[in-house]
Amino acid sequence: MEIKRGIAVSPGVAIGPALVLDTEWFRIPQHFIQPGTKQEEVKRLRAALAAAAAEARDNQQAVDNKLGTQYGAIFGAHAMLIEDAGLAREVEELIRNHDYTAEYAVSRVIRRHAKTLESIEHGYLAARVADLFDIEKRILRNLLGQRREQLKHLNEPVIVLSHDLTPSETAELDPKMVHAFATEAGGRASHTAIMAGVLEIPAVVGLGRFVTDVSGGDVVIVDGNRGLLILNPDEETLRHYEQVRSNLRNFESSLCELRDLPAETKDGVRVSLLGNIEFPHEATHCLERGAEGVGLYRTEFLYLGRKTDPTEEEHLEAYLTVLRILGPDRPVVIRTLDVGADKFSTNTEPPLEERNPFLGLRSVRLCLRNLTLFKTQMRAILRASAFGDVRIMFPMVSTLLELRQCKMILAEVREDLEEEGIAFNRKLPVGTMIEVPSAAILADQLAREVDFFSIGTNDLIQYTLAADRTNEAVAALYSPGDPAVLHLIDHVIKAAVKQNIGVNVCGEMSGEPMYALLLLGLGMRQLSVAPHNIPEIKKLIRSVTVEEATHVAQEAMRLETARDVNNYLRDQTRRILPEAVN
Amino acid sequence: MESQTRQQTVIITNPEGLHMRLAMAFATLAASYQSEVSVALGPKQANGKSLLDLITLAAMPGSELKVMATGKDADEALAALVDLVGKWSEKVSGAKQP
Repeated sequence: MEIKRGIAVSPGVAIGPALVLDTEWFRIPQHFIQPGTKQEEVKRLRAALAAAAAEARDNQQAVDNKLGTQYGAIFGAHAMLIEDAGLAREVEELIRNHDYTAEYAVSRVIRRHAKTLESIEHGYLAARVADLFDIEKRILRNLLGQRREQLKHLNEPVIVLSHDLTPSETAELDPKMVHAFATEAGGRASHTAIMAGVLEIPAVVGLGRFVTDVSGGDVVIVDGNRGLLILNPDEETLRHYEQVRSNLRNFESSLCELRDLPAETKDGVRVSLLGNIEFPHEATHCLERGAEGVGLYRTEFLYLGRKTDPTEEEHLEAYLTVLRILGPDRPVVIRTLDVGADKFSTNTEPPLEERNPFLGLRSVRLCLRNLTLFKTQMRAILRASAFGDVRIMFPMVSTLLELRQCKMILAEVREDLEEEGIAFNRKLPVGTMIEVPSAAILADQLAREVDFFSIGTNDLIQYTLAADRTNEAVAALYSPGDPAVLHLIDHVIKAAVKQNIGVNVCGEMSGEPMYALLLLGLGMRQLSVAPHNIPEIKKLIRSVTVEEATHVAQEAMRLETARDVNNYLRDQTRRILPEAVN
Repeated sequence: MESQTRQQTVIITNPEGLHMRLAMAFATLAASYQSEVSVALGPKQANGKSLLDLITLAAMPGSELKVMATGKDADEALAALVDLVGKWSEKVSGAKQP
């Protein structure tokens, strides 16, 4: 049994067989052969080895001809490895004496060799390890032949393990069949982390090397609460986790009971609980968890992983899907494109080389430079507004001028649609994200020119404390409980209240009970959180009075350091909602 | 008794240690002889005719390898293999990496 520690990015516990992904996406279907088929299996192995070696030699020939023999030589080496008598012997031994399938045996033997090499620290050995995985792939491909299964066609639930997962890979995963992820690379803000949250399955990332220690089909445990990956768990650990899993399920179902109850404090004050979504279908999660609408629809996924920009129709279809799920009366706040030039280049321009993309051409700045892009999205949002309670919001607004420019473009688009005779809501509410410190400081001025604010605490905290939360060297500075952050949030809320406009918090902070308590006490009456957090936050709201929350917030604002604030909030939350604090 | 065991120690001098191409050349050459060939790096032993074994040995630059040949043609085998390693060391020193 091996226990690996990584970064917990999505809560929950999963126990199940591993699916080890490589770039070719196939898996080992079975570990053990049926009794009486050993001879056949050995025959199959030998045929596959011969075919794989022949393939490698063909590659060698082709590359020799094209590029010269020194480049083709590596394939010759691969062929030699595949035909290695010792390799065949080790693999056959596993088949004959331990009933392994050819695939499982090949994988075990090769990974064992790879592990030996990995344990010796030396640069050039990385290439040798890669060679071993390469031949493993080639041999497995020949063994599986037509039976090569794609991730889309799983017939039993698995836990996906890999070095990393790309956007298009995660987009193909079926949450019913993938019970958890664990990856070697990645951090809290990585794509894998976000996707796990979206799919609402446990995930741990940043584990460092472990893929060589696992073969497809091995039983593994992913503990998304504590950030652990357990390989080949022993009996005791297995039983422990089965218990944990069962407890979590019970807690979850008790939270489900809250679904139809209103998010109302003990003294009868209503708080509006909304959900954050990335994909249209997540609107269903929101409803299932009892959200009143969507407080943040991140539209970036419409743009990522594509060669061309999404068309107006594609935008519209996505927005209408959400409206179809939520109905015409629940609010849907759509945020315009919020990525940087680095993640996003069309094929007409080369990607911008920015030294500091975080402070660079992103979000509205990018959109204001690329009006076609901006207007296309605005048109779609306006058109969608004819079908439901749609609201538009601009990200990363840093000056009043920027906001006014966005509004001007919106006005132009409205005129266009009028002329074209296309229906839209003339009173479409327009809001701005408050995530850049300059916007927070000038909240009073901005409040006069919008219908609502949404405080993007993730970025606000990073910009305010000048710390990148994904940079381990400084990540400790990032804390929603930092007094400077609290003061800014307080200021923004006051500005909103003074102008009588709505304000909510849509960052991760709002999904944590102890900060939700604080925000409630600072006067927040709207929170937008990830759907899986909704029940817990609702429970918190229902367990407290506004008076208590206000008192907690006032006390917290007096404290000097983030640590003091966090400790205080944790204690208070534990008092009110003991099971929410872990 | 015709079978003999011959052995000699060689030092791997090139900066990549016992790298793939050298290992391949070695294994192919060793396979052309009848004798059994083994290569030892300290306590680790590898079958000299197996490329997989040789790379798993992971001999770094400066390692001392004990090459052993056992069989009728042990003399020729050993001489040829030692010669090969020598040639590769010369080959690399001063030459550009491909």
